[in-house]
Amino acid sequence: MTAISRSKKLVVQLAVLVLIALGTSFALEIVDPQQAQAQSNVRPPANAVTSPVGGTVPGASSGNQSDSEMWRAVRKGIKGTVSIPDKKAGQLVQSEGDAWRAVKNGPIAKWGVIGLGGMVALLVLFYLIRGKITVDHGMSGRTMTRFADMERMGHWLLAVSFIVLAITGLNITYGKYFLLPVLGKAGFATIAGAGKWLHNYVAFAFMAGLVMILVMWIKENFPNKYDLEWLAKGGGMFVKGVHPPSKKFNAGQKILFWLVIWGGLGLSLTGIALLFPFQFGFPTGMEPIQQMQFATTWHAIIALVMTIVVIAHIYIGTVGMEGAYDAMGSGEVDENWAKEHHSVWAKEKAKSRGGRKSKAVPAE
Amino acid sequence: MARMKFLCDAERCIECNACVTACKNEHEIPWGINRRRVVTINDGKPGERSISVACMHCSDAPCMAVCPVDCFYQTEEGVVLHSKDLCIGCGYCFYACPFGAPQYPQVGNFGSRGKMDKCTFCAGGPEADKSDNEFKKYGRNRLAEGKLPLCAEMCSTKALLAGDGDVVSDIYRERVVSRGFGSGAWGWGRAYPGQGA
Repeated sequence: MTAISRSKKLVVQLAVLVLIALGTSFALEIVDPQQAQAQSNVRPPANAVTSPVGGTVPGASSGNQSDSEMWRAVRKGIKGTVSIPDKKAGQLVQSEGDAWRAVKNGPIAKWGVIGLGGMVALLVLFYLIRGKITVDHGMSGRTMTRFADMERMGHWLLAVSFIVLAITGLNITYGKYFLLPVLGKAGFATIAGAGKWLHNYVAFAFMAGLVMILVMWIKENFPNKYDLEWLAKGGGMFVKGVHPPSKKFNAGQKILFWLVIWGGLGLSLTGIALLFPFQFGFPTGMEPIQQMQFATTWHAIIALVMTIVVIAHIYIGTVGMEGAYDAMGSGEVDENWAKEHHSVWAKEKAKSRGGRKSKAVPAE
Repeated sequence: MARMKFLCDAERCIECNACVTACKNEHEIPWGINRRRVVTINDGKPGERSISVACMHCSDAPCMAVCPVDCFYQTEEGVVLHSKDLCIGCGYCFYACPFGAPQYPQVGNFGSRGKMDKCTFCAGGPEADKSDNEFKKYGRNRLAEGKLPLCAEMCSTKALLAGDGDVVSDIYRERVVSRGFGSGAWGWGRAYPGQGA
């Protein structure tokens, strides 16, 4: 009896064990681990409003989606709708303006000053060491035409407008720090306001000048065999008596030409975008306001680089080199100057002039 | 001294645009200029929220930082104001402003901007308080009259609050507490997913 009952007991115990084992594994399978975790971590109080189902809104004042996600999206610049005509106003927060401000008041302002000051300092140093670059063989007294009237007109249209634009542009960027404390707010605002109008209008003269020099000089500004030698010798600027050959334009002038053309194109495009705010959209995928910010930033960077380079151009064309200014002044350069600085061009020019002479019928 | 602030309770704003209209009327603002606007997020969808937004009178105001003629100033109450006599209409403040507050009348040729106009927190400008000149350039100076901005004063659901920052935040805090769970309190849905929004 005892043996039977004992074995019965054992069977029951085994069955219970099996059932428990099965049940545990079953339970482990059906309980979602995420849910289990949620239950263990955040158990709402007994009187809490439970999770809304479907479109129901508990408490009659709350939504059924995470507000923090929405506000995060607002902070990152999502667009809503507005009933006013300007649909761009649908953006609640645009943070790019802060980056724009930081770049404008930070690196651009800082490196612009360093660049401008550095270039002036370099030129002063160059003048002190090298002095004025003179014509080695002295002025011959005979001249030859370097730039025709139309070429000089294009150059000066571009040059005068660039200087006006550069000064008024620098005033917008730096006037606040240098001129405003001297003139006072009212005086400075008058000048800055006039400068803005001047900048807007003179811009078109600059664009016209840019087109003129592009058309007249592009064929002489493609690289040729003399350029590498010219660059290797530093254009002969650093050593007296060294004059690498060059045609109408040397490598340095070509670099300046292409810088002015591409820089001028960049300035013109961004300038037009700024002159007609929010009128043009470039296919960039950027918001209109970001395009405007990009346009001002890029405009400032190109303008500062060009101004820094043009300071050096003005130096070498005036006080830096004897006889250089005549090329753009009267258009007539001294023959010795031409032979030293643009030897190939001078030779060709003399030859063509000689050719013309030979064709002329001598007077009886 | 009080630090003036705006706060728009998105749980209460019903996009009636009365603040916009009141502002335009009070300051006699010309066509095309909106010192205040109402933006609706998720319009027509579940979770739609509307917010009335104008100049937020920032402590570190980006407009002030980028203005090339330094025409901005901040009052002792933290209100950011500007001088239309100095403004040259360059548009920099609009590029810098996170909230799109600066507005420009179109004047003359091109798309050229006139003097910038923006929300003054109903505090006028640099001219003598309550003078004709001040009204013409900047609108009514309600703070000088001892009143708060009209947009908030007449908000029907009291969603838009304006005034001393401490008082405004006290009111908002009380609202959040009394709404209980899922009040739309900042971060609730993130912290307790599925436990009421």
